Amino acid sequence: MSSPVTSTTGAAGRTAVEVRMEGLTRRYGAVTALDGLDLTLRPGELIALLGPSGCGKTTTLRLLAGLEDADSGQITVGGRDITRLPASKRDMGMVFQAYSLFPHMTVLQNVAFGLRLRRVAKGDRDRRAMEILELVGLTEQAARYAHQISGGQQQRVALARALAIEPQVLLLDEPLSALDAKVRAQLRDQIRRIQLEVGITTLFVTHDQEEALAIADRVGVMRAGQLEQLAPPTEVYSRPATPFVAEFVGLTNRLPGTVSGSTVTVRGQDLPLVDLGTPAGPVTALIRPEAVTLASEAAAGSGPLAGTVIAITFLGATSRITVNLGETTIMAQLPTSDATELSAGSHVALSIRPDPVLVSVAENNSVAASEA
Amino acid sequence: MAAVTSLGETPLAGAAARRPQGMQRRRRRRLNAFRYVVFTLFGLFVAAPLLAMLRFSLEGTKLGTWSLTAWKQIVSYPGLAGAVALTLELAVITSIVMVVLLLPTMIWIKLRVQWMSRAFEFLCLLPLTIPAIALVVGLAPVYNRIQHYSLSALQLFWVYVVLALPYAYRALSSGLDAIDATTLAEAARSLGASWFTVMFRVIAPNMWQAILNALLLTGALVLGEFTIAYLLLYNTLQPALYSISRNTPNAGVVFSTSMASLLFAFALLTILSYAGRQRRRG
Repeated sequence: MSSPVTSTTGAAGRTAVEVRMEGLTRRYGAVTALDGLDLTLRPGELIALLGPSGCGKTTTLRLLAGLEDADSGQITVGGRDITRLPASKRDMGMVFQAYSLFPHMTVLQNVAFGLRLRRVAKGDRDRRAMEILELVGLTEQAARYAHQISGGQQQRVALARALAIEPQVLLLDEPLSALDAKVRAQLRDQIRRIQLEVGITTLFVTHDQEEALAIADRVGVMRAGQLEQLAPPTEVYSRPATPFVAEFVGLTNRLPGTVSGSTVTVRGQDLPLVDLGTPAGPVTALIRPEAVTLASEAAAGSGPLAGTVIAITFLGATSRITVNLGETTIMAQLPTSDATELSAGSHVALSIRPDPVLVSVAENNSVAASEA
Repeated sequence: MAAVTSLGETPLAGAAARRPQGMQRRRRRRLNAFRYVVFTLFGLFVAAPLLAMLRFSLEGTKLGTWSLTAWKQIVSYPGLAGAVALTLELAVITSIVMVVLLLPTMIWIKLRVQWMSRAFEFLCLLPLTIPAIALVVGLAPVYNRIQHYSLSALQLFWVYVVLALPYAYRALSSGLDAIDATTLAEAARSLGASWFTVMFRVIAPNMWQAILNALLLTGALVLGEFTIAYLLLYNTLQPALYSISRNTPNAGVVFSTSMASLLFAFALLTILSYAGRQRRRG
């Protein structure tokens, strides 16, 4: 039997390591923040942990960083058990949600701080710090203090500071959440570029699904201290493993339907089911707004998916329309060029693309997944 | 003849718009006048005794004459220079001991044992509620023993540390609350810093102003402390001044010494506040 790969060499010649968390549990009094979490980061991989507040994603990161102790479970990095190692000995770079630059130090001193602790000679550490600052595009700000640079720049310095010590693992705790949308998108791309360039194993915690889907090799969706699904972004979006994932990641229409055989009938339209084991009977079909399209003009005003437009939301290249079907509403995401012909009060007929759908069996909330 | 008005502005509308501006101007004038009155009254309240003290310290032996004799006597008056030196030494020792004891403890409690913070605050503020005379009664046997073994009068710093604890605690606490100590500590720890490094190279340098304030308050308290030193029979500045005022017909030296100690505290305050500002500017 071959041994598992615990390290690889990245693009920058750095050895990337595997991070393995097994059975991690953390309780705060009566609250269980992490409930036997198993998670493995492959060498050089970027995993984004996504989930609502209190789901345990930040706790996972803090346990990995050594800022908190696990009640049970084991953490290994590159095959070495670090579960009981203090934070200062774990060799991990971390970027925090709050601005965490040392206010009494310049940008250069901040970046060189970790190297100074490692007793790197002043000339070498300044040179190394400048190299890293160049990587994040902040060499001109080297002599400034934290209060003299913008929030986005502060987070880039924090990233440079974390990378300067050449850590085995990079931990990012919602580093973009305090920034405005434009800077957030820019910095997000920059983080991904640098991560690929350096080839470092990275755990990225966020509550922003767009951010997670855009940046990660794999996305882990968490709920109540457990991983609901860990998969590449496209799979998490198009093949959610549970109704929770389907509803948390992206928008979802919940429409009543009836399963019979290999199909589910939703408002008179038969849609395929992949999981043929789904028991026959009433279910809730989870349908993405992108799967809902405008029907031909001939059908407008009639049929089970005909209704009145009650809202149109402009999203740029696409627009989302909300249609009142009588006893329920449905959202459809259309190209803006199609949506501009509509207005609130228009009568439209919709159809659902016959992509296989995920259904949630009423009552017990169990799920049957279908292939996209 | 029709009046010419700009588009969208009738004379009536213009008057209505001008009215609030006029009201604002009057309100601002009233507020400024109030500020000046309060400031003047407060200034007189503070300055009058100081000016009186200065005047008395400069009075000559004959009425209406002026002299610097009282100021010269600060160094020549029997026992006074020694009392001043002792008090200054006590102020320095107490301030240093206070900060060395209190600062790491407070940072440690903030970072590691936050559940103790309320109890610790209670302990630090407790001396405020205990009258000095009660402290003297409790401490007298201890200091009798100290005097029995002829230990230095500098041993008074123990009790002064207790007395200054509430003021130094408040100053340091406000400094610690003003920074995100937890995040800074975690950032430093993740970079490989020991707890010692976190405390003294990351947190403490960001509390410089608070540390200076704590030092100043402690020093000022020691300079002005009378009850304990007097009752425990130590000749620090305040008991010495009291003794002079009781035994000397010419009290000029009392006023000159008091004035000098006030000027010293004022100079210290200015220096510390300037030093704090310089550090903030970086």
